[in-house]
Amino acid sequence: MAIESDVLVIGGGLAGLSSAISAAREGADVRLVTYKQSTLRQASGLIDVLGYTPDGEGPLTDPYSAIPELPDEHPYRLLGEDTVREAMSMFDEVVDTYRGGHTDTNALLPTYGGTVKPTARYPDGAAAGLASDDRDLLLVGFEAMPDFDAPHVAAHLEAAGVPFDVRGETIQFPGDLQDDAKVTRYAKLLEKNGPVEVRGRERGARDALVERLNPLIEDEKRVGLPAVLGDADAAGVRAALEAELGVEVFEVPATPPSLPGVRLEDRLFEAFDEAGGNFESGNPVVSFDGQNRVETVYVDKQSARIPYSADQFVLATGGLVGKGVESDREHVYEPIFDCHVEHSEDRYDWFDEAVFGDHPFAGFGVDPDTELRPLDSGGSPEFENLRAAGSVLGGHDFAAEKSGSGVSIATGYHAGRLAAQEAQ
Amino acid sequence: MASTPHVVVIGGGSTGIGIARDLAMRDLDVTLVEQGNLTHGTTGRMHGLLHSGGRYAVSDQASAKECIQENRVLRDIASHCVEMTGGMFVKRPEDSEEYFQKKLDGCRECDIPAEVISGEEARKREPHLAKDIDKAIAVPDGAIDPFRLVVANAASAEQHGARIETHSPVTDLLIEDGEVVGVEVEHKSGPGIRVHGTEGGTEEIRADYVVNASGAWAGQIGDMADVDIEVRPSKGVMTIMNIRQVDTVINRCRPKGDADIVVPHETTAILGTTDEEVEDPEDYPEEQWEVDLMIDTLKELVPMLDEARTIRSFWGVRPLYEPPDVGSEDPTDITRDFFLLDHEERDDLPGMTSIVGGKFTTYRLMAEKISDHVCEQFGIERECRTADEPLPGSEDFSVLRDYMEEFGLRSPVGRRSVERLGSRADEVLTTDDPNPVICECEGVTRAEVQDAIEQSGSDLNAVRIRTRASMGNCQGGMCVHRLASELHEANVDGETFDETVAREAWDELLQERWKGQRHALWGQQLSQAMLNYALHATTQNRDNDPADGEPIDFAAFDAGADASGEPGGADVAADGGERDGY
Repeated sequence: MAIESDVLVIGGGLAGLSSAISAAREGADVRLVTYKQSTLRQASGLIDVLGYTPDGEGPLTDPYSAIPELPDEHPYRLLGEDTVREAMSMFDEVVDTYRGGHTDTNALLPTYGGTVKPTARYPDGAAAGLASDDRDLLLVGFEAMPDFDAPHVAAHLEAAGVPFDVRGETIQFPGDLQDDAKVTRYAKLLEKNGPVEVRGRERGARDALVERLNPLIEDEKRVGLPAVLGDADAAGVRAALEAELGVEVFEVPATPPSLPGVRLEDRLFEAFDEAGGNFESGNPVVSFDGQNRVETVYVDKQSARIPYSADQFVLATGGLVGKGVESDREHVYEPIFDCHVEHSEDRYDWFDEAVFGDHPFAGFGVDPDTELRPLDSGGSPEFENLRAAGSVLGGHDFAAEKSGSGVSIATGYHAGRLAAQEAQ
Repeated sequence: MASTPHVVVIGGGSTGIGIARDLAMRDLDVTLVEQGNLTHGTTGRMHGLLHSGGRYAVSDQASAKECIQENRVLRDIASHCVEMTGGMFVKRPEDSEEYFQKKLDGCRECDIPAEVISGEEARKREPHLAKDIDKAIAVPDGAIDPFRLVVANAASAEQHGARIETHSPVTDLLIEDGEVVGVEVEHKSGPGIRVHGTEGGTEEIRADYVVNASGAWAGQIGDMADVDIEVRPSKGVMTIMNIRQVDTVINRCRPKGDADIVVPHETTAILGTTDEEVEDPEDYPEEQWEVDLMIDTLKELVPMLDEARTIRSFWGVRPLYEPPDVGSEDPTDITRDFFLLDHEERDDLPGMTSIVGGKFTTYRLMAEKISDHVCEQFGIERECRTADEPLPGSEDFSVLRDYMEEFGLRSPVGRRSVERLGSRADEVLTTDDPNPVICECEGVTRAEVQDAIEQSGSDLNAVRIRTRASMGNCQGGMCVHRLASELHEANVDGETFDETVAREAWDELLQERWKGQRHALWGQQLSQAMLNYALHATTQNRDNDPADGEPIDFAAFDAGADASGEPGGADVAADGGERDGY
């Protein structure tokens, strides 16, 4: 017998979780199935809504006012500005560890690449790093962590014209950690003030770090470190460091595996749990039954095919990175339902010559109607009860626009709400 | 004439660098000039096959004999650049029995060790070979790293007093009284040790003799002296797989044709190739059909290639040459032999010889013959020593050591570093500082990257060819910014590189890595490309780097909500806005 629910969400990233939470808040019985770790582990953990227009205009101060000017097929245009705002309000309600909701204006945050990027919401832990804040800044990196080279990032920020002085210093993380220690090892040591050996004496890692940071701070009132400051209790680690150092401490959003992304994922799963949802992870959805409606999908569990039935389905499997959109030498396709994905037959039309050119592949995905139902090549919904959310949607280049998180949250919110309403 | 003749060699590929080393070892005064990086032209764009000679055993036995001879020499003098994988000529049912026999006879006539094995035995050695392969001839083919080889030759040449100038294209030949007396080069601008002479300026380098070893560009150099050198550049594609589907070189045993070889190379396998004449060695079409042809034809030998992941494709041009009056229609008919064009004899222009044609495996032998010719011009008799003296990195080197203990590296990373560095491993990897992995795909650590920067300065592409950093699955997606940071932190003899230099080198490498990847954009590599794009554009915002663009009005952006209650919060600038999200 099939496992039944009102709404079945396929995919556990930002879009899947947003739609599951939104559907659960509407009172539906929601189940979420997800395969591998979500791409949030590869994301910075910043929540962008819109940083640049498709024409490259930006950085935009107000992401909402640019929405009416976007191309017709852009997901934000399908939803409308108000829905995007509602979705962001839902995000603000369920994720209490983020800031930025006090204003419509984008923030600028330093990146590990030494630039600044526009974003709409940022974790508490990144807040003191705002680039519009004119207090001088000290960045500190660790010798064995080549992703964040503080002197280089500082020099680049200076070249970007930031309105403050910025210095970068590199130190050795206390204790004799292996040069390829994982970010979670740093995070755990700092969180537990775990023992490390410094000059033959055992010390707490956090205490020892404070001792190394203290002499580096001159007049700066804020210090930025790589995003390894704690895992489950990042706020506690930051508070402890700030109390000892007497300055504000922030994390610079990171490379994969990204702790800020993981923390956000954890927080959203908690929120979904609190809203009464169920989730299962580790196994892929591989096929389905149904003609005009999706009746049942099948999850592949150690070669058994387990049926899951629902009244409404949300496809939030991601884009090319998350494998919600796949390709071979001739085709681009959506692998579960084989929903139509528009693409040129010649794969040499899929990309631009310049590394940051206008890449058609960045826009690969399903094109939906205003209810977010994927459309077939003739423009009719593929299925009455299947909606799509997040990067599986085409019609936008999230990387160029800096709109990935916003599109996932807004389309997830909308798809989840419509699915729940329909199911009841 | 001076007792130490000064020779200018044009071209920093295997031939030019081999000549520079040879002449320097014979105590001549040598300057080598190269328009780009070392290996910029043909040498850096080959499949890395160390020929056994088997490939030429039917069509060109003189070349085949040279190949097996040099194959043995290189195993000796360049052991850290060579992996003796072994090779096979495999016969499919539709391939001719007669040719198989000719190939076998040819190998034996040329003293190439050759053994016939059954299809079953061939599949035992290479389990992914097609089930219907009849039989094969096993030969001592190998893989060789052309970058490492050329860099080692350059290092040796420098140790013997040679001056090596990269990024210095020849803009003119100096001709006085009907004789070539030197070259004029332009030093491309850009700070760092790659700049000599005047930055961005020109330099006249006077010489007693000039050797034109510029390969497919030889004709362009000839034009500067109004002499005709009819090089016929012929392009070939090579497609790189993300893993080694085979561990030995697989050749198809048939007369000639496109897409007939798979070479295991480091962590990858390289599929090759096509052979098509082009007009201009710098500018020719790179087309989809060529890539598809590699996969669709070679899957007849190794079926899993059909579904495998390719990480990029690249094209190279062969500097083919045939004496006037032969007139081959098809470039595959043109000999792979080399020709020494003494312009005094040929064009009544003393002071210069051009070297054209030839092939990578016999680069050392070619260099020896040309160096003999140069010495002859001066009536000097000095013995060539390049076949006996190991290259730097290959002296007294036995690979098996306890890397983890010795250098504090994880075993696979240590093994790969030591294999790349050969006998230089101690010198490079022994450090008291943390030595984290910079490129995870290829296991390249900070010490190795810093060593490469010491050799090549601000050019991250040159760092790449020395270390293999950014050449794995992710094609630099995860390490290009780290390499740029290593450059920013480097100190080469007191010289440092500022942020602008690091940024330019970073952009250049990112674009270079993109160039080849474009030919592999489907399946997993398209997914990887999207991830790279997202990391660079979304997470780093490198596509809108404010340092390269319009100034930003920082004050117009969110200055933060009131953060009171946080330590240090009293200093936070509040914008007075409402907080409605908490």
